[in-house]
Amino acid sequence: MSGVREAIAGDEADDAMAERVAAGRARKQTGAGRKVLPIVEGVVLVAALLAPLVLQDYLTVFATRVIILALFALSFDLVWGYAGIMSFGQALFFGSAGYGVALLARDLDITNMFLVLPAGTLIGLTFALLLGGFLLLGRHPSSVIFVSLGTLTGSYAADRLARGWYYLGGQNGIPSIAPMSLGSYELSEGPAFYYLVLGILVVVYLLCRFLVRSQFGLALAGLRENEQRIAFFGYKAQHLKAIVFTIGGAIAGLAGSLYAFHEGFVWPNMVGVVVSTQVVLYVLFGGSGTLIGAVIGAVIVEGVSFWLSDNYRDIWPIILGLLLLLVILFRPLGLISFVLGERERVGSFGAKPKEKRNAAP
Amino acid sequence: MPLLEASGISKVFGKLTALDGAALSVGENEFHGLIGPNGSGKSTLMKCVAGAEVPTQGKVSFVNTDITALTPTERARAGMSLKFQITSVLPSLTLYDNILLALQAQSSLFDLVFSRTRRLLHDQVMTMLTQFRLANRAFDAAAALSHGQQQWLEIAMALAGKPKLLLLDEPTGGMSLEERRVTGELLEPIKQHCSLVIVEHDLDFIRDICDRLTVLDQGRVLASGTVSEIQANKAVQEIYLRRA
Repeated sequence: MSGVREAIAGDEADDAMAERVAAGRARKQTGAGRKVLPIVEGVVLVAALLAPLVLQDYLTVFATRVIILALFALSFDLVWGYAGIMSFGQALFFGSAGYGVALLARDLDITNMFLVLPAGTLIGLTFALLLGGFLLLGRHPSSVIFVSLGTLTGSYAADRLARGWYYLGGQNGIPSIAPMSLGSYELSEGPAFYYLVLGILVVVYLLCRFLVRSQFGLALAGLRENEQRIAFFGYKAQHLKAIVFTIGGAIAGLAGSLYAFHEGFVWPNMVGVVVSTQVVLYVLFGGSGTLIGAVIGAVIVEGVSFWLSDNYRDIWPIILGLLLLLVILFRPLGLISFVLGERERVGSFGAKPKEKRNAAP
Repeated sequence: MPLLEASGISKVFGKLTALDGAALSVGENEFHGLIGPNGSGKSTLMKCVAGAEVPTQGKVSFVNTDITALTPTERARAGMSLKFQITSVLPSLTLYDNILLALQAQSSLFDLVFSRTRRLLHDQVMTMLTQFRLANRAFDAAAALSHGQQQWLEIAMALAGKPKLLLLDEPTGGMSLEERRVTGELLEPIKQHCSLVIVEHDLDFIRDICDRLTVLDQGRVLASGTVSEIQANKAVQEIYLRRA
């Protein structure tokens, strides 16, 4: 009897050894152990901080627009890349906030930064809460098709509404919005606006990073991978989704209000399907499910379009389209997957107890 | 009063009648085996109990409450837990995070956002991993586990919420003999605080671990009773002979 036990124990020891070897191999393959993500984030931040110093003025203006779009991309990434909600109408929150602050500036002369930015955020949040509540908060989980068509319809309807409604300026939108103000100081496009937008992006990024690396982020990871499974654990999956959708709407609203003041006008496309699709492309291109991927995606898609349209005036959309297709075909996890392993992309959650590594026998 | 009482359960899929007035009754801390030939409706009955399917007719009550119309989330919160037939661990998460995900399911939103239960649950996570002989793999992705180990991880996850009733759909499917033996050992200690319903093809396994059995055939209950009563039952012997 004891002989049998020893034999089994011996087998277990062998198994354990084999497992450890396999685990080591897996670690090497995925590149876990090395921490690539903080390096990528640091490089992007330094590059962004230095950009206005080396770029010509008109390029700084362009870069500001790109940073705002990166903020917008972050909102979609949170909703799709982390909670697995396919929102084809993210521009609805972006654009409605843009229109909202444009009206505040036009009709009520309110341009104070500390009023219009929270107002824009609130508009995005409210619309997302209403639409998200309707689409996601059923007693039983709603299908991906239902949610994506629902958001698409919302965005399309808003586009049509903006085009047809005289009060919103119809086809032309609302032109020449007064600049955003900070006391008596007027913030127009240029380095000051750039650094303001960058500061906001960094703060929002850090908040999102905190959220997706918390235990809440773990619940989201479960939601994205297997919604039915986590419902059986007792998670209120629909509530989690509606919460993330609303946060996403708020961030999109913040981005939209910045965009409106930076460009100085809003027009129907801003709430419509085109901009909704654009943000999907940013995130797919950069790498969904990583926050930095969304930022990089926005920067590269916009940067490449800018450069291509300068150099290949006629055929640049075709080249861009092909590039996007190639990435989606060969790198479905986005450009970020060139440097980031699967394990680090998913990450781990909550503050790590100190004894973590040694706890395993 | 039994912990779980399902009666008159019928389930019709289009023209196919999967269940035709089946019943299941499980007492507290009882290990109950659900057996029967292929297509007899075992898995469907399990799904009706767990809330993955809504029965066409019949009533399921759990801890003296009618739960027939409750969603899986509500059932889980009432103390019912399910291990799927197909393993559904979350492959890209570590074993540690898989267990933590199951353990933290009842934490409040505030606690989750500020990761306030992480430290508190750490010991529980490690205890469960040790108990299911997976501690040395704690920080590997679940996808790297063998099939048998994934099944154990699933059982651990299903037990994480300290359920009163655990539903296991073919826990030993695809396991080696040795792995089956270990699975039996792993399930033994939970009897002190939890009832079990097992759907299983391996009759030896069922006989070793269960107190009572319910035998289904063509969507109806053929027999129900203690293991020895069922073994002596002529009708049961017949359907299993017929199959053999």
